[in-house]
Amino acid sequence: MSDRGVTAVGAISPRPEPESGVAWTAISTGLGVISSFFEWFGDLGVFFWRTMRAAATPPYEWRELVRQMDEIGSKSFPLVALAGAATGVVLSMETRTSLVRFGAKSILPSAIVYAVVQEMGPIITGLVVSGRVGAGIGAELASMKVTEQIDAIEASALNPYRLLAATRILACIVMLPLLTAAADACGLLMGWVAETLADPVSLRQFIYVGFKGGRFSDFMPPTFKTAAFGLIIGLVACFQGMRTQGGAAGVGRAATNSVVLSSLFVILADVVLVKLIMILFP
Amino acid sequence: MNTAYEIPTRPADAANDENSPVVAVEDLHKSFGTQKVLNGVSLSVARGKTLAVLGRSGTGKSVMLRIIIGIVKPDSGSVLIHGRDIAGLSMDELSGVRMKMGFLFQHAALYDSLTVGENVAFPLEHHRKDMPRQEQHERVRQLLTEVGLEGHENKMPSDISGGMQKRVGLARALALEPDILLLDEPTAGLDPISSGEIGELVIKLREQHQMASIVVTHDLHSAKTIADRLALLDKGNVVMEGTFEELRASDNGFVREFLKHS
Repeated sequence: MSDRGVTAVGAISPRPEPESGVAWTAISTGLGVISSFFEWFGDLGVFFWRTMRAAATPPYEWRELVRQMDEIGSKSFPLVALAGAATGVVLSMETRTSLVRFGAKSILPSAIVYAVVQEMGPIITGLVVSGRVGAGIGAELASMKVTEQIDAIEASALNPYRLLAATRILACIVMLPLLTAAADACGLLMGWVAETLADPVSLRQFIYVGFKGGRFSDFMPPTFKTAAFGLIIGLVACFQGMRTQGGAAGVGRAATNSVVLSSLFVILADVVLVKLIMILFP
Repeated sequence: MNTAYEIPTRPADAANDENSPVVAVEDLHKSFGTQKVLNGVSLSVARGKTLAVLGRSGTGKSVMLRIIIGIVKPDSGSVLIHGRDIAGLSMDELSGVRMKMGFLFQHAALYDSLTVGENVAFPLEHHRKDMPRQEQHERVRQLLTEVGLEGHENKMPSDISGGMQKRVGLARALALEPDILLLDEPTAGLDPISSGEIGELVIKLREQHQMASIVVTHDLHSAKTIADRLALLDKGNVVMEGTFEELRASDNGFVREFLKHS
């Protein structure tokens, strides 16, 4: 044992040496980070439970739900369609080069269809929506929180979990699969355009070859898995917004955290959901 | 609205006794971390009466109002509304109680994406769904007229002054015809004329609607104009409660100091 921290008579020194002090600070900081991590998830769980309980009990906020579906769905459509179209074009160009090199050009439509519908469409939609909608919800609710508008909703005898959180989360859950279908359609259409510019093929032929032999389980589960992305985006953004503290800086932090965390969780959830779909729909 | 959430009717004896408290807080304690904000506050207000709560900044006046309306939970103590303790009520049960209360926030807390008219109509749209739209519009117009803002329905909150925002907040607080009105610094940040107008408005509304009101303020002048009784808070405790004359006659050092600097 080292002599550090021990006096000449063998008693423990009352003041730790600098090295042990640094170690203790590091351990305590580490424990603090771990504790905050679990606390965040605990608070998120409580928030989710309160929101779901509020959503399941009347009065239902149908008008606000429809407004949010319009806000989240139709206003995200142009961005999602553009991202889907760009993905289709890039996939077509990249895949064509590789497949031509290996003499497998005939499977190009199938490669584009499967890549777009099974993975690229859902994940691109999830990330685009988490950027646009996650930031929007996070900033809006955070701003309402710091200006006491959420307290005013409570004071007006309304449940903010029902009016603000449940409607936004449900709207995200409903709109994500629809936006994904739109992104898929734009991706396939522009994939065909890129393909036909290089080597003319009719759209009908492209679609026929692309979907040939495809099953329900190849296309529907990947599209509907984005409902889980919607849940993640809506939940994280509402949670970050409604727990905001501080003024303008707090609003900025809430918007940033909403985007960063929802994007991260969407990617992580995708890994789990892809595996789950493989198990459930072999 | 689901009647299951309605506050129970006032006990018969309380309803008959004009002096029985509509709002009563008893031995209220609240801390934020290590900072003790309320340390055993007890106050009550009867129907048609106004209590002004005065004190230095950070003495827990606004926190007490937030506890009364259930936005903040107390560490201990009770809040009795019409004789019923609201501690332990769920959010939906609390909503029933809050429908009987109007709250004016310090900075008005208007919904910034809604117009003035929509702000006032907001509680009606959610709690008076059976009320025809035309009748709701009429009620909004009537409320805005009461607070002197007729013709401003279509303006956005950002387009009106702080005093006007307070008036809109007051109209919104009155939309559900509450029998308890809680006002958090109704005159803070206003010029003396606007401040006086808000004070007169509160008196007029109290006389018209016979509400029990609690006004949290720093402004001794408006407090003595608006309120029947004044309570002075210091370090989370009620130092003294009484009429303005009683406070002025007090020998208490803090009371004298407060009145001297007001």
